[in-house]
Amino acid sequence: MHKIKALNDFVIKFANINGTGSASANSMFAKAIFRMGIPVSPRNIFPSNIQGLPTWYEVRISEKGYLGRRGGIDVMVCMNPQSMAKDVAEVEAGGYFVYDSSKPLDIQYIRKDIHYIGIPFTQICLREYSDPRQRQLFKNIIYVGSLAALLDIEFKVLQDLVSEQFKGKEKLIAPNIHAMELGYRHAQENFECPLPVRLKRCDNVGNQILIDGNTAAGLGAIYGGATVAAWYPITPSTSVVDAFEKYTRRLRIDPGTGKKNYAIVQAEDELSAMGMVIGAMWNGARAFTATSGPGVSLMTEFLGLAYFAEIPVVLINVQRAGPSTGMPTRTQQADVLAAAYASHGDTKQVLLFPSNAKDCFDMTAQAFDLAERLQTPVILMTDLDLGMNDTLSPPFEWDDSRTYDRGKVLNAEQLDKIEKFGRYLDVDGDGICYRTYPGTHPSKGAFFTRGTSRDEYAVYTEDGAAYLRNVERLLKKWETAKDHVPAPELYAERNPGTADGVLFYGTSASSTLEALDILAGEGIELDAIRVRAFPFNQDVQKFIDAHQRVFVIEQNRDAQLRSLLLIENNADPQKLISLLHIDGTPIMARSIAAQLRKYFDSNVTPLRRSAKSAG
Amino acid sequence: MSYQRPTIHHPELPKNDLGYVSRDYEGAISTLCAGCGHDSISAAVIQACWEMSIEPHRVAKLSGIGCSSKTPTYFLGKSHGFNSVHGRMPSIATGANLANRDLIYIGVSGDGDTASIGMGQFAHVVRRSLNMLYMVENNGCYGLTKGQDSATADIGSKSKKGVENLYSPIDLVSIAIQLGATFVGRSFSGDKQQLIPLIKAAVSHHGFAFIDVISPCVTFNNNVGSTKSYDYVREHVEATGTVDFVPMRKEITTQYEAGKTQEVTLHDGSTIHLHKAETGHDIHDRQAALNAIEDQKRKGSYLTGLLYMDPNAADLHEMISTTNKPLSQLTEAELCPGSKALENINNSLR
Repeated sequence: MHKIKALNDFVIKFANINGTGSASANSMFAKAIFRMGIPVSPRNIFPSNIQGLPTWYEVRISEKGYLGRRGGIDVMVCMNPQSMAKDVAEVEAGGYFVYDSSKPLDIQYIRKDIHYIGIPFTQICLREYSDPRQRQLFKNIIYVGSLAALLDIEFKVLQDLVSEQFKGKEKLIAPNIHAMELGYRHAQENFECPLPVRLKRCDNVGNQILIDGNTAAGLGAIYGGATVAAWYPITPSTSVVDAFEKYTRRLRIDPGTGKKNYAIVQAEDELSAMGMVIGAMWNGARAFTATSGPGVSLMTEFLGLAYFAEIPVVLINVQRAGPSTGMPTRTQQADVLAAAYASHGDTKQVLLFPSNAKDCFDMTAQAFDLAERLQTPVILMTDLDLGMNDTLSPPFEWDDSRTYDRGKVLNAEQLDKIEKFGRYLDVDGDGICYRTYPGTHPSKGAFFTRGTSRDEYAVYTEDGAAYLRNVERLLKKWETAKDHVPAPELYAERNPGTADGVLFYGTSASSTLEALDILAGEGIELDAIRVRAFPFNQDVQKFIDAHQRVFVIEQNRDAQLRSLLLIENNADPQKLISLLHIDGTPIMARSIAAQLRKYFDSNVTPLRRSAKSAG
Repeated sequence: MSYQRPTIHHPELPKNDLGYVSRDYEGAISTLCAGCGHDSISAAVIQACWEMSIEPHRVAKLSGIGCSSKTPTYFLGKSHGFNSVHGRMPSIATGANLANRDLIYIGVSGDGDTASIGMGQFAHVVRRSLNMLYMVENNGCYGLTKGQDSATADIGSKSKKGVENLYSPIDLVSIAIQLGATFVGRSFSGDKQQLIPLIKAAVSHHGFAFIDVISPCVTFNNNVGSTKSYDYVREHVEATGTVDFVPMRKEITTQYEAGKTQEVTLHDGSTIHLHKAETGHDIHDRQAALNAIEDQKRKGSYLTGLLYMDPNAADLHEMISTTNKPLSQLTEAELCPGSKALENINNSLR
């Protein structure tokens, strides 16, 4: 029978039961591979449930460094009888199925094209431990030990990880290492170790770090100078503020008094969270909130106020599958339109699209500068896949000479020099006006912030001409924003002269780039652009203009970014072809490649433009 | 439209300790109905702030949506104001206060704004003991949409159309006390002599101060049968006593005939003198306050005055232990941990 053979390049998936303590064992497994210098990308695929339901942990190991979801499973570690039928079916032909052989495997789970590795995890636990809780917890450690033998993970690396994990609880170290050894020995004694699918130390990780996007965003908020975090818990965004809290507690305590140089308030709901952010930023502090789709819905009324009253706001939207409550623990990019036009009336919000953890850090820090520069909400459009999964990332960097851009804020001395302050006067002609913080000056600079129409001096008016001047100035500010938001990343130079392009954003990046490599290997060469912000920079239009077809890759049903491109960029609808993925799992390189391939299988025309038309 | 007042004023107007005349505490000209109780409340705020010699620009005034929420435009024109969305002033005030604990926060809301859409935010701003004065201008009806009953309208009270209200009213003072407010008072917009000292005491209070001001709607809820009409309220007011505010710098004597006096020390060292009426209760006793409110309610009367106060209140900043320096004034050096700390974080993630 065919056996999959692979060195440092395969996908392994763990099928667990939610709430049984498998998460820490699984992450230890992934981190061990990372420490062996092999690029790794683990993903939790979990239900919206506290315990009992099936949960999966899928680990992509790719020496070349592909971090997107590949598709297909080479090794399945099945610890949950409940999901076994599905789990067996998912294994690639020639792959391996590791299961608990304490009881014989039912005939229905036997496939002739995969290899079975039965290890009696339950029996080992029953033999070794009397405490039911220990029997459950150590079962996870035992399978990690078995995999160390089967896949050739360096045992010393695992030992070190156990020691680090239980630092401060030293008496737990030896029992955990013992459990790992039990699994390791059993595999070695009963199977040919390692399997043809295996690992070998290499040096392809470099100085990268392993971190999830939400933690990266929480750190970005600290470095961006946020002092107020107001939030309401919601999956999958909760860990953003958890991370902010964890690191601010370490990094932001006033050395003199021991008091906090920050404030975190768990609000009663998302409406209140957004109100607090608006109040704090109006009053001169940098503030943010983190939420997901249902929370964004609740915040839209306030987002409209912030847009119209021109108050900076930073909102981190960790998208999940909608609509409504949708699939709370599954990923999508389906809030694009809701966020872009959040609130009623003519409203446009600035969006940033991070593709990896470093983007989450950089863009969150940058969001505060942008929000204050533009005096408007800035929404970071991350998602569950990026937010809640550990991912390889270049180390975070901070230039100590960097200063915060606090935007156009007048202090008392500047107000003294002005004859009459006008909050909504377009002094510089860029659509961005000057603001003042409350309490700045005894007689100048005070104004009334409101969601109702007002004139240039912030005096309430329903005069049509004054309203028109105001909303048109807001459009001018929108134009100004195009030069401030992150420019798109172009991959055009990799395929000069290609007639077709691929446009993608956010977490589709790693899978898309891998799919382009797969296709390039088949002679199908495509240009690519990664959109990083809305409003769209001019380069986005140029890219569309320069190609005959542009495939827009998205993780939503209704091609929301494509709609945005059609509305805002006047793009030709015939040109923009959607490739969509919407089942709540992260988009896969294989599926992108397969969808794209269809357009080229039937297309025998040369893919390259003539030198002339390529310009 | 907001019409701005001319800046000239009579040269002989008396000045407060800061050299300001009361005109310095005024705002734009009101666009509310002539005779609206809300304008009397604005006048009381102006008088209170002038008498207390508050620097106008050190006040942040916030409101929601509705007739009452328009009033911050009509007082303290040199203060920053924030007219937020319906019922959500408390969260804006919370954020603003978190950013800068050094300013004075005056929130103005209405019975629709607070007792209906804003009930949730009201409850939570009380729980968090935000250091602010939260004032409800309570007329039991919706004026801007022409007279629908609000959630504070009494059962059986008739609207202008003659329709009786079927639902139980929300009594904001009782709720505020139950939720943990540390200063709760009620007054009547027409009783300036009670309202002004009450506002002064509330502004001086450290923690969350709530005043429910019954302020009849002259246009839509001043009819026979309404329990919030001028005539009805005047006939059914039962005062706990007159409240007098005494700043440390200069004592202000009441124009009222004094009864028995109880002295209460506030956090800033100033004191309020309570002149108890026959119905007076121990204002430090939450249960006694609730009983007294309920007793008067049973008689069909409003108990007014300072109803409850906890002189040992802690505010939100103390609860969460934020630094004394306003967060908005922290420097980059205090905010950004720098590249070295980031390198340590990177190392911990390998």
